[in-house]
Amino acid sequence: MTEQAGPGENGSSREDGILLECRNISLSFGAVVAISSVSFDICKGEIRAIIGPNGAGKTSMLNCINGFYHPDDGEIVYRGKVRRQMRPYEAAASGIARTFQNVALFRGMSTLDNIMTGRNLKMRTGFLSALLYYGWAEREEIEHRRIAEQIIDFLEIEAIRKEPVGRLPYGLQKRVELGRALAAEPELLLLDEPMAGMNLEEKEDMCRFILDVNDEFGTTIALIEHDMGVVMDISDRVVVLDHGAKIADGTPDEVKGDQNVVDAYLGVAH
Amino acid sequence: MVFVQPFLDMMDPPEFFFEVVIGGIMSGVMYSLVALGFVLIFKASGVFNFAQGVFALFAALTLVGVMTGTLPVFLTPLGFQVPTWLAIIVTCLVMIGLAVVVERVMLRPLVNQDPIIGFMATIGLAFVLEGAGDILWGSSVKALDVGIPQGSFEWLGMQIQIFDLWAAVIAGILVVGLAVFFQKTAVGRALRAVADDHQAAQSVGIPLKSIWVIVWSVAGLVALVAGIMWGSKSGVQFSLSLIALKALPVLILGGFTSVPGAIVGGLIIGVGEKVAEVYWGPLVNGAIENWLAYVLALVFLLFRPQGLFGEKIIERV
Repeated sequence: MTEQAGPGENGSSREDGILLECRNISLSFGAVVAISSVSFDICKGEIRAIIGPNGAGKTSMLNCINGFYHPDDGEIVYRGKVRRQMRPYEAAASGIARTFQNVALFRGMSTLDNIMTGRNLKMRTGFLSALLYYGWAEREEIEHRRIAEQIIDFLEIEAIRKEPVGRLPYGLQKRVELGRALAAEPELLLLDEPMAGMNLEEKEDMCRFILDVNDEFGTTIALIEHDMGVVMDISDRVVVLDHGAKIADGTPDEVKGDQNVVDAYLGVAH
Repeated sequence: MVFVQPFLDMMDPPEFFFEVVIGGIMSGVMYSLVALGFVLIFKASGVFNFAQGVFALFAALTLVGVMTGTLPVFLTPLGFQVPTWLAIIVTCLVMIGLAVVVERVMLRPLVNQDPIIGFMATIGLAFVLEGAGDILWGSSVKALDVGIPQGSFEWLGMQIQIFDLWAAVIAGILVVGLAVFFQKTAVGRALRAVADDHQAAQSVGIPLKSIWVIVWSVAGLVALVAGIMWGSKSGVQFSLSLIALKALPVLILGGFTSVPGAIVGGLIIGVGEKVAEVYWGPLVNGAIENWLAYVLALVFLLFRPQGLFGEKIIERV
């Protein structure tokens, strides 16, 4: 185990207990090694950042956690149990929601429908029962709509409720995507570069939302982000990857001072 | 001449004109039935299913085969008749089974590929299925009678085919049912989500597999209905798979993503063809029926590529 000095002092919003632990995860595509034997954990209620230069294997790591990729080696322990190989929808069903680096919304659908899709797993009425008695489906729909409206309210996107998302500016699309992930009421929320391509104001809004989600709903968040200012401000702990390997792990302050990290970002004089 | 005379003919006598229009509406309904199957799959997987016409053919072949108690491949009669309702249920099950096989063999390896790849795969599927139909049930023309009343009656001086009325009623029920299913139920929303983005759909917990099986099953059942209607009208024969070509202009007119569009598009083409054939045909030596649909489609492609009811094509750069 490459468990380092540990998480240091307890972060403000951290509770005890590990929610998810990656043990010696390795993943390669043909001869390209994306991740080599990386271990880290995510504690309940914390904001965990994963950073590193381009191609460090950050997104691959998230893809392993939510089941898009299956690690060649190593295991993922979630809620105290070793997880078997899992499909993305099974990961979603176990409380892992995510957003994507390159916004992946349902472009033809409205903001509201996108967020309602996030409630998919919570819906009980199936195809047949909806056919047999439409009333069930309708009653359920109203209940879920209420929750969707709360999320819309929370993210301050009331005005674009009925707008097809393909027409929205990028910053708002990212916000809708966050809404869709929140609609699943996840235990663990994975955010892949939630602030990429945003202007300062949008970034500040997004930071506020992330902190609020963490605070109000107690959602555990793992995020990938390139904006170091943001990362150091909002995260409780940071893990740094470079060329598929973990080079540092700890509080923002610890990581900032780490020689390996400085080298990875600035290059080493040869 | 070409511009005036036909309109004068229409007024003389008007009953005949309305009869032509009604005839057109009815054949339009038949086009719509086929087009519906295309729209379903396109909406839910972003793939244009070239095999939809063959689906209808295959369903009709299976239905006839089961009804007449024929042993597949050897084509020997087993010496009993299967009641129509039972045969329809069996055929439904066959179409659902087909959907499962299509998902397993064709779609699953193509997750996250471009829609064009899926389209090419459906071309292959069309050939495989047509061959399978030939091997299983033989290539002779078969009569199909599921008990839809035939004959005609006169109404306000017009001859109306009872069969056509049935076709219209059935198409109407299908459309309303499908529209509600797609727009109002959670499953419908999940289907549209899958069409938009496979990865994102998976990440919110939609299992691609079962969604695809549902879509292709529904498309198979719609194909069965289309196969029954066409088969009852003109016999079950392999040219049935060519009606898929007529569905293309219908889709271009109505919009690939719209269920009501498939209906309206079908009606416009059906009526347009019949009226043009009857009134303009003699002036240009006939055969307008064969090309009018495609010319209409071309005009639409030029001026309104998303069709009458399709989703606007939005592109952010």
